[in-house]
Amino acid sequence: MSKGEIVMGALAPHPPHLVYAENPPQNDATSEGGWEELRWGYERLRNSMSDIDFDVIIVHTPHWQTFSGTHLLGVDSFKSLSVDPVFPNLFRYNYDLKVDVELSRMIHDNAIEAGLSMKMMENPDFRIDYGTVTSCHLTNPSWNKPIVCISSHRSKFYFNAEVMQANMVKLGDATRKAIEKSGKKAVLLSSNSLSHRHFTVEPEVPEDMSKEHVTNHHQYLWDMKMINLMREGKTKEMIDLMPDFTEQTIAETEAGSLTWLISALGFPSYEAVVHAYGTVIGTGNAIVGWDPRKAKV
Amino acid sequence: MRDDTVCKGILVPGMPHPLLCPEKNEGWGRIRKAYESAKKEIDASGAERIVVYSTFWPSILGHQIQAFPEPEWTHVDDEFHDLGSIPYKFRMDPEFAERAVQACEARGLHARTVSYYGFPIDTGSIVALKLLNPENKLPTIIVSSNMYANRAETIVLGKSIRDAIDEDGKKTAVIVVSALSNRLHTDSFDISDDKIHSLKDNEWNLKFLEYLDKGRLEDVSQLSRQFHNEARVPKVVSFKPFWIMASIMGQNNLYEGNVLAYEPICGTGGAVVTLTPAEDTAGDLEYDEDDPEFYKGDREVLDFYDQPGMGPLEEADGD
Repeated sequence: MSKGEIVMGALAPHPPHLVYAENPPQNDATSEGGWEELRWGYERLRNSMSDIDFDVIIVHTPHWQTFSGTHLLGVDSFKSLSVDPVFPNLFRYNYDLKVDVELSRMIHDNAIEAGLSMKMMENPDFRIDYGTVTSCHLTNPSWNKPIVCISSHRSKFYFNAEVMQANMVKLGDATRKAIEKSGKKAVLLSSNSLSHRHFTVEPEVPEDMSKEHVTNHHQYLWDMKMINLMREGKTKEMIDLMPDFTEQTIAETEAGSLTWLISALGFPSYEAVVHAYGTVIGTGNAIVGWDPRKAKV
Repeated sequence: MRDDTVCKGILVPGMPHPLLCPEKNEGWGRIRKAYESAKKEIDASGAERIVVYSTFWPSILGHQIQAFPEPEWTHVDDEFHDLGSIPYKFRMDPEFAERAVQACEARGLHARTVSYYGFPIDTGSIVALKLLNPENKLPTIIVSSNMYANRAETIVLGKSIRDAIDEDGKKTAVIVVSALSNRLHTDSFDISDDKIHSLKDNEWNLKFLEYLDKGRLEDVSQLSRQFHNEARVPKVVSFKPFWIMASIMGQNNLYEGNVLAYEPICGTGGAVVTLTPAEDTAGDLEYDEDDPEFYKGDREVLDFYDQPGMGPLEEADGD
């Protein structure tokens, strides 16, 4: 068996608004569009993957929050309805997905060896969170590949951002080793926004783009700081700044997803491709791709 | 007993263990029994309706109120999925939910009902309703906990709910779903030897329970900021359950408190406490917090427009 590898890593945020705006048949809510820059960014991400052969999508999700360690899906398939508890008017999505349980277990076992607290989720009635569904749908709308879904261990809240980072660096490393051992080609998704201060009211027409902007200027400046570091291939510096960024902008990086991704990619020093930056209900969202082939050039 | 439209206030923990596996730990079993006692108190109170406020249901867009007539699902907790599934079917009160939203809007709050098939009702609300209203005798609304709301907004939310209750005058029991200290064990532990995560958490829990036992609800409400700092993992901006409970129940200390149980549940402080309106218990109050009637949005420290008596600046002040 040949050695497995990560064939693409992406920052793939999960505002349900983007699925709502696309009107896919799986979603019960319908819209007149909206958030085109981000949706076109996802289109560019998908195009950038069109010549990549992959076996599995691995997503780290902020909306499956666990406090006793990191959990992974451990059931072969799930079919149900995902309703966003915050934006139920926008997102009521009928999903039908497969899980690569074998790879999930390998990540689980590797992470335990690395000293992390891990658990497999084996209850078939479990409902998949809307963040996972959104990021996976926008990256691979055909759902023709199995996924591995990793929960967000909320150690940032129980300890601090540094402990969270340390754990996620270990988890990213364990994930990469499991992929290599599996012989599979994996796409990794960090399912999170950057700055994350929402508006607390919604326009009468949710997709009214005249009402959309970043919540405040300092969030924008911080988002640009982080994105520029990605573009310059300075991912170690970005991870070093992450605790301050997270604190200052209530960023969704608190979930650990982006740190996990960067660690799994081996702290890439090549340039990331920023497919889009835009806001959703005031939060900052970037769609960014890391193509490891660039490292080989 | 004092006659009041809000005839009962109940604090319950939202953790699923007392529902799904009370036999696994003696303390969890005692919490389960306390739920059963609290249910009897509701039955005897003459309550015609239940209002649930769940700290397990965070909202962002103002305040959401569950209004789907008969939500039905099989729920699995994100964290404790290995304990099993929880099938449920509840009976909501859509008309009252709509009136509660209108009452919120009249006091300046952003609020809306949510009425969608498959909406993910939170573990805390499910556990509370399964154990306190198992046959759906009483119609219910569930109110979300806005993650950005601080005291003023929460107090006004409570007053709005009270306005809606007073409008039809139906006897109402208020159930607040929240842990006291909320620090979970973050690693595996011996289930038979569960304990509060730290001595400090335990001391603060006991202090709050001492107050509640004396019926001093408003005092507990006024001490919520301190409790948040001392005994809570700061996952949200503030500790809101007693703000809203006191606000709905009348912002005083005139209650008969009954601490039915206090036990650790995976490290958190789980308590079942009932409060019944009384004529004369602990009357002393510590009124050191504002008592807002309307919500005017977040006020920043540097917002001068809303400051009273600032007056114009001197044209030539020598600086």
